[in-house]
Amino acid sequence: MARMKFLCDAERCIECNGCVTACKNENEVPWGVNRRRVVTINDGVIGAEKSISVACMHCSDAPCMAVCPVDCFYRTDDGVVLHDKDLCIGCGYCFYACPFGAPQFPQAGAFGLRGKMDKCTFCAGGPEPDRSEAEFKKYGRNRLAEGKLPACAEMCSTKALLGGDGDVIADIYRERVLRRGKGSEVWGWGTAYGPGKPGAQPPAPARKS
Amino acid sequence: MRYVLLATAILFGLAACGEREQLVEQQSEKRYQGKRDGKPWDNAPVVAELRGGTWTKGNQQSWEEQIKARQLGQHEHKRIYQ
Repeated sequence: MARMKFLCDAERCIECNGCVTACKNENEVPWGVNRRRVVTINDGVIGAEKSISVACMHCSDAPCMAVCPVDCFYRTDDGVVLHDKDLCIGCGYCFYACPFGAPQFPQAGAFGLRGKMDKCTFCAGGPEPDRSEAEFKKYGRNRLAEGKLPACAEMCSTKALLGGDGDVIADIYRERVLRRGKGSEVWGWGTAYGPGKPGAQPPAPARKS
Repeated sequence: MRYVLLATAILFGLAACGEREQLVEQQSEKRYQGKRDGKPWDNAPVVAELRGGTWTKGNQQSWEEQIKARQLGQHEHKRIYQ
């Protein structure tokens, strides 16, 4: 059984925001809601600038699911975390629980009123009849039911963003890293916390002149 | 006695080859009261858009094979060089 995941290759992402646009267009996501974003660190620093595309990561142990007071989340057989908008009360707990900032809330009024939560569905629609008008209006397109992968991953021009079964995309990524001889460290401990002893800082990158 | 120990060691060794279920089933997931969602393989392929291949409606395995072929399409080393 597949476990659907996203993986973004920071060595390849060029911050074109094509994935964001593809998602917006494919699912007709309303104004103010971004199911996917491109995050850049060390912006403008030569050799140290990295971008990754972030959306719902469809966690195997999803915190949004754990904190939801109305239990509106469920997981499909493919490991995609989805929710029922008819049950959602827009409380925002999932937003605070999610480490990726995936849950989005449309601003329904002028006084900070929150609408029902909206998030990346891995282009798998939601709990409405597959490929129906109701499903599209509430959750967006159900590309998995059309035998396709999420639009963001399939539209990625540099193939930085991979989507699919965790085992398959991990194999693709591993082969890439072996070919180019670098890139695996992007996700490693050393990059996140610095090399060597605890508290040690990574070498300072060169600044743009 | 030696054979028993060897057989036990082999059994322990083989036990490591298995794969445990890695998805955590939350209490909230068990309590989910919303509408039931359909399975993607219970839909007929879209005839006009068979670019990635096709599958048999209701056949999970054929759908998984088709979606895996689509996933491998993201691997440009295989697409271009082979």
